[in-house]
Amino acid sequence: MALKGLDIFKLTPKKNCKDCGCPTCMAFSMKVAQGALSIDKCPHMSPEALATLAAATEPPMKTISIGEHKLGGETVMLRHEKTFVNKNLFALDLCAGMDDAAIDAKLAEADKVDYERIGERMRVECVYVSVKPEHGAERGAAVVKKAAATGRDVILHCCDAALAGDILKAAAADVKVLAGANADNWEAMNALATEHNLVLGVCCKDLSDAHDTIEKLEAAGNKNLIINICAESIKDAFSFTVQIRRAALKDGDRTFGYPTIVNVARLAPEDYTMQAALASLFTVRYGSVIVLGRMTYAEALPLFGLRQNIFTDPQKPMKVEPGIYPLNGADENSVVAVTVDFALTYFIVSGEIERSGVPTNLIITDAGGYSVLTAWAAGKFSAGSIAKFFEENDIASKIKSRTLILPGKVAVLKGELENKLPDWKIVVGPNEAIQLVRFLKDYK
Amino acid sequence: MPFVSKPRKFNASINETVLGVGDKAVTLGGLNTLPLHFFDAPAKNPPAVGIEITDVDADLSAFPELAAFYEGAKTPAERAKKAAAAEGAQFVCLRFEGADPGGLNRSAAECAAIAKEVAEAIDLPLVISGCKNVEKDAEIFAACAEATSGKNVLFLSAREENYKTVGASTALAYGQKVGAESAVDINLAKQLNVVMTQLGIAPGSIVMNVGSAAAGYGFEYVASTLDRVKAAALEQNDNMLQMPIMTPVSAETWGVKESIMPEQDMPEWGSQEERAVAMETVTASACLASGSDAVILRHPKSVKTIAAMIAALL
Repeated sequence: MALKGLDIFKLTPKKNCKDCGCPTCMAFSMKVAQGALSIDKCPHMSPEALATLAAATEPPMKTISIGEHKLGGETVMLRHEKTFVNKNLFALDLCAGMDDAAIDAKLAEADKVDYERIGERMRVECVYVSVKPEHGAERGAAVVKKAAATGRDVILHCCDAALAGDILKAAAADVKVLAGANADNWEAMNALATEHNLVLGVCCKDLSDAHDTIEKLEAAGNKNLIINICAESIKDAFSFTVQIRRAALKDGDRTFGYPTIVNVARLAPEDYTMQAALASLFTVRYGSVIVLGRMTYAEALPLFGLRQNIFTDPQKPMKVEPGIYPLNGADENSVVAVTVDFALTYFIVSGEIERSGVPTNLIITDAGGYSVLTAWAAGKFSAGSIAKFFEENDIASKIKSRTLILPGKVAVLKGELENKLPDWKIVVGPNEAIQLVRFLKDYK
Repeated sequence: MPFVSKPRKFNASINETVLGVGDKAVTLGGLNTLPLHFFDAPAKNPPAVGIEITDVDADLSAFPELAAFYEGAKTPAERAKKAAAAEGAQFVCLRFEGADPGGLNRSAAECAAIAKEVAEAIDLPLVISGCKNVEKDAEIFAACAEATSGKNVLFLSAREENYKTVGASTALAYGQKVGAESAVDINLAKQLNVVMTQLGIAPGSIVMNVGSAAAGYGFEYVASTLDRVKAAALEQNDNMLQMPIMTPVSAETWGVKESIMPEQDMPEWGSQEERAVAMETVTASACLASGSDAVILRHPKSVKTIAAMIAALL
């Protein structure tokens, strides 16, 4: 049950001492109620008050760290209700039963995909290594080490506690998550995860069983968990993933307040198109680690793009870096076009210019991440701001062309811009990006 | 404490809209759960998958599998027959790329002749989409609606600028179905439905296209618009947002860099065809997860995959 600010205020010392950084106890209480501050920021709370509050203000879904990445911590089912907090991770599926050549090939293939998109590095973050008793501990440890050597976080999937123990003896430093706790082995697995300080993955073949196991683990003091969706069918995998998130966020069931692992490689073996479709489904709906059989550019380009979109904060626009973007092999003599730094505008405009094939220097100015008309209305995309950008970045000496194409929607800026940039010929471009191809071809 | 599932059904549901005639007619909508949440309640009509062809004989040399699929099919009707046979396809979308005044500028009469041939060549429901030019679309839709009268065709789409002419010439004059297209904004979507119903078009004859984008290209707006429209339709029982949603995915995804960059220009990206298939498959899956009741795809492999995914979730 979420507490109201006033309920929290009643438990504070009401001294307005400012030790918590807030001007008054009331302000502090309101922030705690919103989830902006944690209750322990107040050093004067009585232990009884703290105990009451800690349980009530605990977030519905825990934040679990895997290596440098954070998972979970979500508070809403849909992004427009507030925002999603931690993006899902992608993992590569490996099995200790594969031969070395096949494993090396898989890892090398995944290594090829490593690029940047709107300031974010895009690469598979984890490797999911399954080891079964017939593979042996030595083989398991060797595959774990191979996977860890690529600089990725390793999730070890092994349901045999003795085997997992032997693998960890040899390779504990290379593992971040031990997945494989179930109703039968949870005590032994819990001991291993605690000993080696690993996140413990709980198998979920059935919602009720998994719920019981998590309750036992929590009672034993382990709250550093992740739920491994081990459903056999696509339908169950989706049903479990949605119901777990829904129980945690909508029904206040903290036992299910953990992130999930969904292995789509297991749900659609060898069918990489289906795996991409499923990875997309679970990116939009509540998968926290999504395990795929491969990640080539074909899957990576749409999936990383989708993830970047879904996990943007609706309150903060996505921005690209201001600067000169030479497109279609543009050089200093190529025509210049200017627009704003809103990521969507950049992608659409640069895409259309690329389709035209006309070499163009696209200049992105700092417009606060707004679209053309919004930025213009806010005074962030004006003749003054464009001229200032040209001056600060010394565009005149970097580019010899003196033709500048202005977005059609801000044609009104033409006269003023001609005054501020007298050497330049200002051309009013089309209103919509889709008309750019024709415009540039005709202009040439 | 054992876990007890709490199925989440709504008292409201999405309108049911039938496309096509005869055995192969497809019913869109009807859902009273969140998208793809078939574990909450069995699906009355699962989301539908359509396959897109164009009126022009496009150069498919960059896409060997697609070229092989359409091999020998020279006319739109021949292509429609092959498309209709694609595994998982429940309707065919004929897109009049050639009607674009900036391109071939095919006349409305020519388009109507093609539409008639295509409608007669297949027994799957037909969806006709235009060239994105509001005046020209209104012209060709009127001619095609007459030529395909009685086939219960869906026209994609009427927009704010031309909804009166398109609505009157398709749904009102010939009893066809009409799409209502708005630009990724729940209020615009609702407004268009309101004015179209005021025109006298039955809500059951309207299918929404609330806008689309390729994954990575501002898809967050598409996802949130779909989320919000479904929430308004089901939780708040807003009957001006209960029309089923059809998203023309391929029209967006085949135009982005990931799908059009040839392999020789970007060797590290690998096969162009695989990229194009993955881009539309990933985008379609995300659209369905967020709320589309139907998607339109171009590649038979994407159609098969998405249809199989929907079937696996039932």
